[in-house]
Formats: sequence, C-alpha cells, structure tokens
Amino acid sequence: MADEKKKNLPPEAQEYQEFQSKREVKRPLLKNCLKAFLVGGFICFIGQIITTFYIYNFNFTEQTAGNPTVATLIFITMLLTGFGFYDRIGQFAGAGSAVPVTGFGNAVIASAIEYRTEGFILGVGSNMLKLAGPVIVYGVFAAFVIAIIKTILVQWGGF
Amino acid sequence: MIFFWAFVVGGLICVIGQIMFDVFKLSPAHTLTILVVSGAVLDGLGLYEPLIDFAGAGATVPITSFGNSLVHGAMQEAEKHGLIGVVTGMFEVTSSGISSAIIFGVIGALIFKPKG
Repeated sequence: MADEKKKNLPPEAQEYQEFQSKREVKRPLLKNCLKAFLVGGFICFIGQIITTFYIYNFNFTEQTAGNPTVATLIFITMLLTGFGFYDRIGQFAGAGSAVPVTGFGNAVIASAIEYRTEGFILGVGSNMLKLAGPVIVYGVFAAFVIAIIKTILVQWGGF
Repeated sequence: MIFFWAFVVGGLICVIGQIMFDVFKLSPAHTLTILVVSGAVLDGLGLYEPLIDFAGAGATVPITSFGNSLVHGAMQEAEKHGLIGVVTGMFEVTSSGISSAIIFGVIGALIFKPKG
C-alpha cells in the first residue's frame, strides 16, 4: 500500500520522503515500552485494589467485580481529565494510559469537555463519542460475529 | 499475589499497545479497536476468562475486557434465547463501561471548562 503510493509520486517527492524518513526522530521503543508497562501496570494495580474492595464489601465475584471497577476508574478519570492531569500522564505513558479503560474514559470525557463551547446537544452530545466510537462500533460488530459463530457451533454442532 | 499479576499482565497488554503505536505506527483509535476485537476473539476461544481468574484487574481494566464482556453478554443471552439473544444480550455485561463513560462525560462537561 505504502509502496504503491510512492510510485505515483513525482521523483522529487520520493526523494523528499526518503529524506524525511531519515530525519524522522527515532522513537525510543524500549523506554516507551517500559513507561507503558509501569503506568499501565500501576493503573491495573489500582483497579485490583478497587476490585478487592468490591469483592469484600459488596458480594461481587472475581468475574463480576470488573464492572463496578471500570465505573469507578472512569469516575476517577473524569476528575483527572477535568483538572488536566490525564493529558500529562498520557504524554509520559503513551499506551500505558491509553489502553486501560481509563484511556477510553478520557477520550469520551475530554471530547465532552472540549466541545462544550459548541452547545450541549450539537457540541457535547454529537462529539462525545468521536474518539471512542470506533472502539464501540467494531467491538460490538466483532462480538456479534463471534457470538453468532459460537452459538451456532454450540447449539447445532453439539460442541 | 493477584496484585502482582494484575500489575504484570495489565502492564504487558499496555506494552503490546505501545508496540502497535511505535513499531506499526498505528493511531490510538486503530490500536484500541484492534485490542477490543482481539479481546472479543480471545473470549470467543474461551481464553479470556482464565486470564481474569489469573490476573484479576490486570485483565478487566485494559480495553480488551470490553470485547470480552460484549461477547460474554451476548453468549449469556444466547444460551437462554438462541440466536436472537446475541443481539439483545450484547450490552448486558459491558454496559457499565460505556454508560459510565457517557454519564461522567456529561457531568464532566457540566462541571469543567475546556482549557487552552
């Protein structure tokens, strides 16, 4: 795909692209992965504390305690996003703060706050899920396909 | 001990995300979408539930758990009502993540002012 695109460009543009890729700042992969590991792990660690709290105080099991944990984490994310801390964590941690559900929460909440100036219906309402939309859309669609296949296998295939 | 595994497994899933960012140069939206879909696939294969038992929040907090719980809800209903349950049960388990994101998003928009 990228090669095809390159062929259609005039030679100067190709040269420029080579030049650009040489000058591109190399991303420090190892360091970034370490940061992502530490921050992501830390968020899950906090999640585990909250999960344990729910299991011991309100009859949740290991499997079901995930739900209130997610809700609590997103509530914390709202505060962190609102006060502008989450952006800073994100700059430091990269995927470490984007991959946990807090990143999903941050994407929704940050766009909700940002589009507030355009009004509550057309601004907040329609732009809130702009970043999180693909996750929901393809999550639901993939889950649909998988669940259909599995149901057919289980019910009619006798697995 | 589960605290340790939550940290390690959760951290490793984030490292996978970081590798997608840096090595494959994917945008965050692409990365998260791929992770959610892989969570759904893993649950379809029956591998995600053992991971939750093993790592607790290390498996429920990363976005992959979204895919897992979507499939889970769908399968729960499908057992009761057959194929139609796949559609009706989809959000049964996941609802807390999506609804709390929307609810706190609106509350956040009411309380906080955009910066810069």
